[in-house]
Parts: sequence; structure tokens; C-alpha cells
Amino acid sequence: MSQLWEYAPAPESRDIANLKPSYKMFVDGKFVEGSGEPLKTINPGTEEVLAEVSTASPSDVDTAVKAARRAYDRVWGRMAGTERAKYIYRIARLIQERSRELAVLESLDNGKPIKESRDVDVPTAAAHFFYHAGWADKLPYAGYGPDPRPLGVAGQVIPWNFPLLMAAWKIAPALATGNTVVLKPAETTPLTALVLAEIIQQADLPPGVVNILPGAGDIGAALVEHADVDKIAFTGSTEVGKLIQRQLAGTGKKLTLELGGKAANIVFDDAPIDQAVEGIVNGIFFNQGHVCCAGSRLLLQESIAEEFLEKLRVRVSTLRVGDPLDKNTDVGAINSREQLTRIQELTAAGEAEGAERWTSSCPLPDKGFYFAPTVFSGVSQAMRIAREEIFGPVLSVLTFRTPDEAVAKANNTPYGLSAGIWTDKGSRILWAAQKMRAGVVWANTFNRFDPTAPFGGYQESGFGREGGRAGLEAYLDV
Amino acid sequence: MSENRISLGKTETRIPVAKTYKLYIGGKFPRSESARSYPVTDSKGAFLANAAQGSRKDARDAVSAARKAFAGWSGATAYNRGQVLYRVAEVLEGRREQFAAEVSAAEGVGAKKAQALVDTAIDRWVWYAGWTDKIAAVLGSSNPVAGPYFSFSTPEPTGVVAVLAPQQSSLLGLISVVAPVIASGNTAVVVTSQDRPLPAITLSEVLATSDLPGGVVNLLTGRTAEIAPWLASHADVNALDLTGAPEAIRGDLERAAAGTVKRVLRVRGGEDFGREPDIGRLRAYLETKTVWHPMGV
Repeated sequence: MSQLWEYAPAPESRDIANLKPSYKMFVDGKFVEGSGEPLKTINPGTEEVLAEVSTASPSDVDTAVKAARRAYDRVWGRMAGTERAKYIYRIARLIQERSRELAVLESLDNGKPIKESRDVDVPTAAAHFFYHAGWADKLPYAGYGPDPRPLGVAGQVIPWNFPLLMAAWKIAPALATGNTVVLKPAETTPLTALVLAEIIQQADLPPGVVNILPGAGDIGAALVEHADVDKIAFTGSTEVGKLIQRQLAGTGKKLTLELGGKAANIVFDDAPIDQAVEGIVNGIFFNQGHVCCAGSRLLLQESIAEEFLEKLRVRVSTLRVGDPLDKNTDVGAINSREQLTRIQELTAAGEAEGAERWTSSCPLPDKGFYFAPTVFSGVSQAMRIAREEIFGPVLSVLTFRTPDEAVAKANNTPYGLSAGIWTDKGSRILWAAQKMRAGVVWANTFNRFDPTAPFGGYQESGFGREGGRAGLEAYLDV
Repeated sequence: MSENRISLGKTETRIPVAKTYKLYIGGKFPRSESARSYPVTDSKGAFLANAAQGSRKDARDAVSAARKAFAGWSGATAYNRGQVLYRVAEVLEGRREQFAAEVSAAEGVGAKKAQALVDTAIDRWVWYAGWTDKIAAVLGSSNPVAGPYFSFSTPEPTGVVAVLAPQQSSLLGLISVVAPVIASGNTAVVVTSQDRPLPAITLSEVLATSDLPGGVVNLLTGRTAEIAPWLASHADVNALDLTGAPEAIRGDLERAAAGTVKRVLRVRGGEDFGREPDIGRLRAYLETKTVWHPMGV
């Protein structure tokens, strides 16, 4: 079998990323040296240092917020929507033009396979700007009254799993609605956000409209606490989300949170099995499982469980783990040593609690952070691997007998970001979708993202939506 | 073209190449099959060019091209249509000066006013480009029916739309009536302003080089009163925009349209195209489709 699947390596050239030895933060239209301790960002696929990045200090946060406030008061907040739209369209076009460079840089800094950064992250980021550009001069039609107003300065903190895409999800709607932005990218993945800053400069946006401050969690906290920020948007862990919600209590600042998840992917006995196997694989191994909406709990109807697991293992064993820049790679590198340790710790807990572990015997590179795709069966709802977000290429398989039981198990979580349903019966899809306590429900597909489709969670997966008409609310004073 | 004449006598001045203005059908630029043309003059009566005088047969060819393009254009994703239409705006911007000169000649307005009209026309096109992937979210609905059914309604393009473009506003008016037709996935057969057709023909050159599939927009120059009745009665036309219809035949056109129950937009040409429109022109060419599906284990 392995003989059948030999591929020659097909690596993207690292030169395409135009990697620079050092990167600066972007404040008030200029790239400036931050007064924080510079950080070294590494390639998780090789553990080599990619570049040195200057970081912000709390006083830099204040400078950036002041610049954003000035830009809001003097230019952006009062600019006609028609004109704002044209700036945002420019950003969309520049991302499209520099898409290959951005894709390679993203894979270098994040570790995700190039085919994903190339086919998902970058084009979806461009689409987000394109879509929201069109809203800038149509806000009276969005359903928030005849003349909905912006909030002011938006502070945005984003995670490392989709660095450029999350920046787009945050910046595009904020700009379209007339807000200005101070954004903090994740500590381990600052590079594409800083190239986006370059693009924003090329698009000739007025200085201060977008400011990008690399840094660690303390800079995110300083941004959240800053008295002159009107709105906070955070994507990241539920733990930090709760902290932010507490911090903002009583301040009157508007908050949206997109947090963790432990999504159930339910496969009924009448599902198209091969299609479902592909979807389950995509649902958990896409982006190494570093996806808040990943289908990390597989719920199999008992009558097909054995057959399904067999097919699933065969399929997972063909996944190619390795060099993120290789176009044949299916699963790339875990983003950081810290994350790898967490995945190892949770999988060890799964074994200790008595789940049956199966791990693909695929070869792993000697250097870099890698974790072989792993499937746990015989998982019970009480186990940590059924309750906690692993954020890695690890699938926990549970079984059910009746549709009601499937729904009960799927909803048995404090999270509520997404869910998957696999069945050939349309009425059952709609029934189950209605029962799911989750913000996004995919049926016979998984991990679909589109700027027109609102995304966000129920319960402890956060509140507020990104994308679509609903997503505009997060940045409007309504 | 007036400056061309001035230079004719001066041997040291280069003689410009004059353009032949033709129809735009199915992505191609044919002359009228009738081999007729008519002189187009500027606002002071000076000769600008000959335009093709479209015939009944040209109109039929245009409808057939529009029908052929409908499946692909209406079936394209809204995102794709938005990208294509935005591309049109980019190419329009590149011809800003040319359009300003043509609008100035056609409408007899000064250079500054002409430029402002062109700028508004480009922004108008961008405005409609942004609607492609939003109109469904604004006009569609999920219907909370009283039963175990999932029901939703979604706007869909009506089909081939015949547009009688405004007679006065040669570019801004034209764009304001054409863009909403195609933004939602319809295809168009447009009869341009009869006496001011040249900016429309230049627009067709922009459309032909902007990734817009051939046949999505077809432009006919000629006598509006001659061509319009054939479009109004054509069985393969789904909707008719009377904006530029001569007053005397509006009733006849509406009656002819009843033959195949066409949707008729009865706006008169006097509207102020400089003002930002509402979504009335988008709505005019949309059907609402309601889908039901049972819900249950």
C-alpha cells in the first residue's frame, strides 16, 4: 500500500515569502520600532528562527490607540461609505495580488500545509475584505436602522491558528462600518499580519486607521484595559475570553468573543460512508486540528461504528505529515512546542482513562513540532479527551443508538461553536440542525467558511458573529 | 472629434484614427445586419460619428445571446459576479478621460461636470458590484411556518431583461439601469440613448475586456421606437425597463409585454441619476423562490 502512495517532494520555494530579517510594528501609518522586548518567531516545521519582530510595550499601546482615535475623529469615522469602500476593495485586491507570497509566509510562520494557506486562508481573507467593502456604503440596508453609527476605536486580539484570516475577519468589518483598529496578532505568528500592514500602507489608507502591534498576552491585556478603546473583539481560548469578559464588566465597552469548541460530528447509519469519512478527516485534521470549530468528537451510530472506524483508520493512515511547504503535505507542523506538549498531555490522559488509542504510523520529520494523527475509540463522555479542547490532530470517537441520544451527547458540552451531521435523509438533517446548541451546523460537509455566512458560538464558545449581515452588529453602535 | 476637424488642415498635425461604432452582441462587435447607420452629432449639431442602426433581426440576435449567457451568469457564485463587476469598475476608471470627453460631447456639459458624471457612474457601478452577494441576505428570509417544515425564500434573477436606456443621461443613466439588471444574475439587452449612443458603445468595449462573459450585456444603438416593440413582444424576454421609452409608445409597449407576462419597470427617464439609488431596480428583476422541506427524524 505504501508503495502506491510514494510522492516525490514538491516543496514551495521559501524565497517566495520575501522573508525579511526583522519586522517592525505598524502605528499611525508607519513601521516603527516597538519599545517591548523583540521576539524571535520560528518556523515550527524546522524550529529555525525566521525573523526578529519588534513588540509593543503598554506605552506603545497608548500611542496606537491615540493614533486610532485621531484617525477615527478626523478622517475615517466621518468619511462617506462610498469612499471607505474603495479603500477596502484595494486591500482585497492587494491580498489577491500577493497571495502566493502570503501563503508561503503563512505556512512558514504557522506550520500549516501550503495547500491550505494557498487554497483556504489567503483567498478567504481576500474575500472577507471584498465582501465587507461592499457593505461600507450599504449599511442602511443591513437591518440596524437607517443610519447605524460606528463605535470608534476597536481593539482586536487574534490567535495563531489562522493568522492572516483572523486579521481579515477582524479588520474588514471594523473598517467597513467606520471604526478604526488596533490589532494584536498572536505572539507565535506575527508575520502575515505585518505584511497585511504593508498592504494597508500600499492601499494608502489614512494613517492610524489600522495599527498592528505584535506582542504577548500582556499587550493584549493592555489593549483590553485601555480606557479609550470602545470595542474589544477577541478570538482565542475560552479561559482568556472569560478573563476579558470579567475585565470589561462595568466599562460599557462592546465585546465579542469567539472562543473554544468541542464540536460533535454525528454520523447516522444511513450516511454516505465514504463521503462521511472524508468529511470527518477534514473536520479534525484540517490545519492540524488547530481549529476552534474542529469536529473533535465523532459520534457514530452503533450499527455502523465498526465498519466506519475501519475505513477511517485506513484513510487517516494515508495522510502525509511533514514539511508544511510541500504541496503534498496533508498535516503540517504543530504551531509551537507549548501546544505540542498540551496535545501530548491530553492524549496521555486519554490513554490513562482507558480509551483505545490508534495513531497513524506515518513517518514524522526529525526536526520541528509534529504529532501523528490519532484516533481514540471507546471514549466515554466523562473522559478529558471528550470534554476538553485538544486543539490538535486527535479525534475522540463515541457511539450512540438513537437520534435523540446523538443529540443529547452532542449537546453535552459547555461549548457550542459548531456541529456536523451526516445522513442521506434531508428531514433528519434539518431536525438535528434545529436541535444542535451550536452556532454553525454543517450537514454532509464540514469546515466551510464564507464571508456571507455568519460564524460564531453559543454558550462558552463566545458571543457575537463574524461574517454576513449579523456580523456587522459587532462594530455598530446598536 | 471636433478637434480632429481643426487639425485636418494642418499638415504637421497627426490625423487621428476615427473609430467605427458598432453594436455589441454576444461579446462581439457586429455592424447592424441591416447595414444601416445614422449620424450622431454633438449637442450643437456637429457630426461626431455614424452609429449602427439596429434592426429587428439585431434585437433577436441580442435576445438569443442574452438567453444563451443566462445559465452561466445566473449560475455563477455571487462572489464571482461581484469580482467580475468590480473588475468592470477598475477598467472604467482607466478610461475616465475618454468617457468624460464623450459625455461632454454627447450631453453638451462642461469638462468638469462631465468628469463628475463619469466619477459618479463609476462609483455607481462599484455600489452595484457590492450587492451581488448581499441582496439575498437583505431580501431573502427563512419562514417560520406553522408545521414541521424548514421553509426559506430566496431572490433569484428573472431572466433576460430588455432595457430602454435613458435618453438624456448617456453614461451615468445607462450604468444606473444596466448594473442592477446584471448584478443579481440577469442578462440584458439594452437599447442605448438614441441620440447620445457613443458613451454606451465605449462602455461595451469596457465590458468586453473585463471578464464579463459575452452575452451578459448586449447593446443596440438605433431608433428606440423601432427596436423597442420587438423586444416588448419577444417571447424570450422576461422583463422590460421602460425608462427611455418614447412617451407615445409606452402604452403599446406595456400591452405587448403582457403577451408573455413580462415584468415591466414603468419608471420614466426624468429620475435624478446623480442621487444614490435605493434597491428598487435590483428588486424589479428578482423572483422570490420559496423552498419547503420536511423536518423530522
